[in-house]
Amino acid sequence: MEQSARMDPHRKRRLRLFAALTAALLLAGALIYTSFGAASEAKNPSQLAASAVAGRSYQLTGKVVPGYRHEGNVVVFRVRDRAGAASVPVRYTGAVPDPFRAGREVIVTVWKRGAVFVGEKDSLVTKCPSKFSARRS
Amino acid sequence: MLNVGRSALTLALLIAVYGVAASLYGARTGRRQWVDSGRRAVYSLAAVLTVAFVVLEAAFLRSDFSFQLVASHSSTTTPSFYKGAAMWSSQEGSLLLWVWLLSMWSSLVLFLTRRRLREVAPCAAAVLLGLAAFFAALVVFLANPFQLATPVPAEGSGLQPLLRHPSMMIHPPLLYSGYTLFTVPFAFAAGALITRRADAEWIRATRGFALAAWLFLGVGILIGARWSWSELGWGGYWAWDPVENASLMPWLTGTAFIHSIMMQEKRGMMKVWNASLVLATGVLAVLGTFLVRSGILESIHAFGGSTLGLPFLGLIAVMMFGSVALVSSRRAALRSEGRLESLFSRESMFVLNNAVLVGLCFVIFWGTFFPLISEAVTGQRASVGPPWFDRYTVPLALVLVLLSGLGPVIAWRRATARNARRSLRGPLAVAALAAVGLTAAAGVAARPLALAMFSGAAFVAAVVVQEFWRGMRARQAVSHESAAVALVALARRNRRRYGGYVVHLGMAVLFVGIAASASFQTIHDVRLSPGQSARIESYDIHYVRATSALSNEKVTLGAILDVSRDGRHVATLAPTRGYYQSQDPQLGPVGRYFDGEATSEVGLRAGLRRDLWTAVQPDIGAMQKMIDGLDRRFPLATGRSQGLLLAALAARYEAQPPPASFRLIASPLVEWIWLGGGIVGLGGLFALWPGASFSRRRAPAPARARLGRQPSRA
Amino acid sequence: MLAAVVAIIAGPLRRAGAASAPEPSQRAALEVAKDVKYREIHDAELDFRTGKLSEPDYREVDRALRSEAIELLRRLDAIATKEGRR
Repeated sequence: MEQSARMDPHRKRRLRLFAALTAALLLAGALIYTSFGAASEAKNPSQLAASAVAGRSYQLTGKVVPGYRHEGNVVVFRVRDRAGAASVPVRYTGAVPDPFRAGREVIVTVWKRGAVFVGEKDSLVTKCPSKFSARRS
Repeated sequence: MLNVGRSALTLALLIAVYGVAASLYGARTGRRQWVDSGRRAVYSLAAVLTVAFVVLEAAFLRSDFSFQLVASHSSTTTPSFYKGAAMWSSQEGSLLLWVWLLSMWSSLVLFLTRRRLREVAPCAAAVLLGLAAFFAALVVFLANPFQLATPVPAEGSGLQPLLRHPSMMIHPPLLYSGYTLFTVPFAFAAGALITRRADAEWIRATRGFALAAWLFLGVGILIGARWSWSELGWGGYWAWDPVENASLMPWLTGTAFIHSIMMQEKRGMMKVWNASLVLATGVLAVLGTFLVRSGILESIHAFGGSTLGLPFLGLIAVMMFGSVALVSSRRAALRSEGRLESLFSRESMFVLNNAVLVGLCFVIFWGTFFPLISEAVTGQRASVGPPWFDRYTVPLALVLVLLSGLGPVIAWRRATARNARRSLRGPLAVAALAAVGLTAAAGVAARPLALAMFSGAAFVAAVVVQEFWRGMRARQAVSHESAAVALVALARRNRRRYGGYVVHLGMAVLFVGIAASASFQTIHDVRLSPGQSARIESYDIHYVRATSALSNEKVTLGAILDVSRDGRHVATLAPTRGYYQSQDPQLGPVGRYFDGEATSEVGLRAGLRRDLWTAVQPDIGAMQKMIDGLDRRFPLATGRSQGLLLAALAARYEAQPPPASFRLIASPLVEWIWLGGGIVGLGGLFALWPGASFSRRRAPAPARARLGRQPSRA
Repeated sequence: MLAAVVAIIAGPLRRAGAASAPEPSQRAALEVAKDVKYREIHDAELDFRTGKLSEPDYREVDRALRSEAIELLRRLDAIATKEGRR
C-alpha cells in the first residue's frame, strides 16, 4: 500500500515535467518554423540581379557607387558587389544614416519592383569602415 | 613607457599561467602554500594589469603619439574627458579594460573567501586565472596596445565623433564590469562542480557578485539605449541588433539565476538547473564580448572582421563543452534535496519565472544567430527583423510582468489558496480599473498588448504597495513604532525581499515606458524651409531659421525650431548635423568636410508624459555647387584660409538655406524607461547591501531553547 | 622599471610548511545551512504576518522549519564536541 502512495506524487511530477517539455518543444517549433518564413534573404547585387523575385524582401549588402542623387525625400543610388562591378539600382525613401557615402558598405531591405529595387523605409544601415560603430537611420 | 606597458602585459600573462598551475596543484594535493601562492598570483596579476592600464591611460591623457593606439584614437583637440575614455574605444584598449576588470573582481572575491571554501576557491581561482590568461595572451600576441607608432605623427586621428558623449564613455566599462562580474559565479560554479562540493556555500559567496553583475550589465544596457535615443539620428533606443542582443542574453539568464538560487539556498532544489544556468550565463557573457569584435554577424556595432574571432570561438567552445561535461558528470552531487511540494508555491512561481526568462533568451538567441543557422540549413543567409523579435518577446514580457506581481503574494513551500485569493483581490481590482480607465482614454484599446502591459504594471505596483503596507502593519503590531520608522526598519531587516519588490516595481515602470513609446509613437518626415511649420500630435513645429557653427573639428549646420501647443510656446529645439573632415588627401579643403564622418545632434525635449524628438538633415546636395566651386578655386587651402572658406559656406547656408529634411517624433512615456531603470538600480543596490546576518544575532547556547519557543520578529 | 617588475614577481611568497589540518568544511557548510534556515523561519513568519499563509498552515511550516533547524544545531554540536575532544 505504501508503494502505490509513493508512486503517485512521483508519477505526478513525471507527468508535469513531460507536459512542460512538450509545451516548450511545441512553442520552440512554432518559433523556428515562422523564423524561416519571416526572414529576408541576404544577397549581394549580382545575386539579386540574377535571382530576385517580385514580392519578396531581400537584404541587399554591398557598396554605394559614386554618383548618387537626392530627389526630394528619395535617394537614388546604385549598390555594387563588395568585390566586383555588378550593381543594382535602389530607390530609398526615409532618413539616410550619417555615414552614408560613396564607397561605404550598406545593408538595406529591398523589394523588387520592375527594374528597380525599392528600399524599405528606415531599413538603410551604413557600416563604418573603421573600428567602431556604423549607424542606421 | 611603451616597454613598461609591454613588459607588464607579458608579466601578467606569465603570472596568470603560473597561477593556474599553482592553484590546481594546491587544490589537487591539498597543500595550502600552493593555494595561497595561487591567490597571491591573482593579487599580483591585478597589480601588474593596473600598471599597464595606468601607463596606457597616462599616454592618452598626455596625447603621447608615440603610442600607435593614442595616435589612431585620440588627438590634441579631443577634450580631456574623452581622451581618458578613448582608450576603450579601441579593440586593444577595450580588451585590456576587460582583463583588468576581471583581475580586480577576482582579487576581491578571493580575498573575501580566503578563509572559506577551502576546496572550491582554488579551482575557481584556476578558472578565473585561465580566463585572464586567455585575454592576456590575446592582448600580448594579437592586439597589443603598446605598439610604437613609426613615424610618430604630430597629430592624432581623433576620437570617433559618435563616441563623444558621456554616456558612450561609461557604457563599455559598465557592460564589461557586468560581463566580468558574471565570470565570478561561473568560476565558482565550475569549481564547486569540479570538487563535487555543490552545496549552498559557493552560492552564498558569489551571490553578491551575480547581483552586482546583473546591476552593472542592466544599467550599462539602459545607458546604451538612452544614448541611442538622445544622440543618434535614427530616433530609437533598441534595434534588436546582434550586439545589443548579445548583452541582453546573459542579463536574462542572470535574472533567472538570481531567482533560482534562492530556491537552491532554501530548499536545495534545482541544483542541476542552477549550475547549468550560471555556466550558460558565463558563456553568454564571453559570447557577447566576442560578437562585438568578430564581424560574423552584420551588426551596427561590429568592430569589423578581425583576427580575434577564431580564438574567441575556441574559448567559447571550451567553456561550453566543459560546462556540459561538468554538469553531466557531476549529476550525482547535484541531486535535489527538497522537492516541489505544491504547484501553488513561490517555488513554482520561480520555476515559471525561469522558464519565461530562458524562453526569452532562446527567442533572442535564435533570432540573433539566424543568419548563421539559415546558412547552415538552407545554404542561404537570411535574417529576421525587429517585427519578428517583437512578436515573440512581447507576450513573454507580458507573462513575466504578471508573474512578478503574482510571485510576492504566494508563500514559500505551500501557499494557502484562500489567503492568496484575498491578497490578490485588491491588486486585481486596481489592474481592472486601470484597464477600464485606459480604454476609456483615447485610442489605447487599439493596442491590446500595450493595454495588457499597462494593467499588468498597475497590478505589480499595487502588489508592491500592498506588500510594503502589510509588512509595515505587521511590524507595528509588535513594535508599536510610527509608520515611517516601522517601514524603514522593516525594509532594512528584510533587504532582499523589499529590495526585490522595488526592483519589480521599477521593471513594471520600465515596461510601461517601452509599451507606450513603442505602440503610440508618431513619426513625421517633413521637408521645411525657414518660416514653414509642421504639425505632430498636438504640437506645432515652426522652422525659425538655419544655424551654422564652426569649430576646429567640425562644421555644424542646423536649425532652430520653435515648438508650440495651442498657441503657447513650449520649447525651442536646435537639432544640428556636424560634419567632420575626412583625412583623404584627394578631397578639396571644403568638400572633405562633407565626405567624412557626420553626426546628428538631436533636438530633444524630454518630458514625463512625452518626448519630442527632432533631427535635421540639411540638403548638402543643394550646396554642392558652392562646395565644388570653392574646392576648384582654392584647392590647397589649409588652416586659416580653409577656415575662411568654411565660414563663407556656413554663412551662405544660414542666409539662404535650402529646404531641409526633418524627422519629428513624438514618443509617449520614453522617460519612464530610464526612470524605471533608476528604480531598478536603487532596489538592486538596496538588496545587495550587506544587512543583518540572522545567525549572528542569536547567542549560540540558548538558541535551541529559543527556537523551541519564541517566534522571531518581523 | 624592470626592477619594479621583478619586485612584483617576488610578491607570491611561498611559505614552507606542512599541509594544513584537514579542513572542517563540513562545519562551514552546516553553518551556512543554519543561517539559511534561520532566514527561512523569519521569512515564513513574515509571510504569515503579511497574510499569505493561514494560521494552521503557518504553524505547520514553522514547526517543520524549527525541527530542521534543531537538527542542524544538533549536528553542529556533534562536530564541535568531536573537535573539542581531539
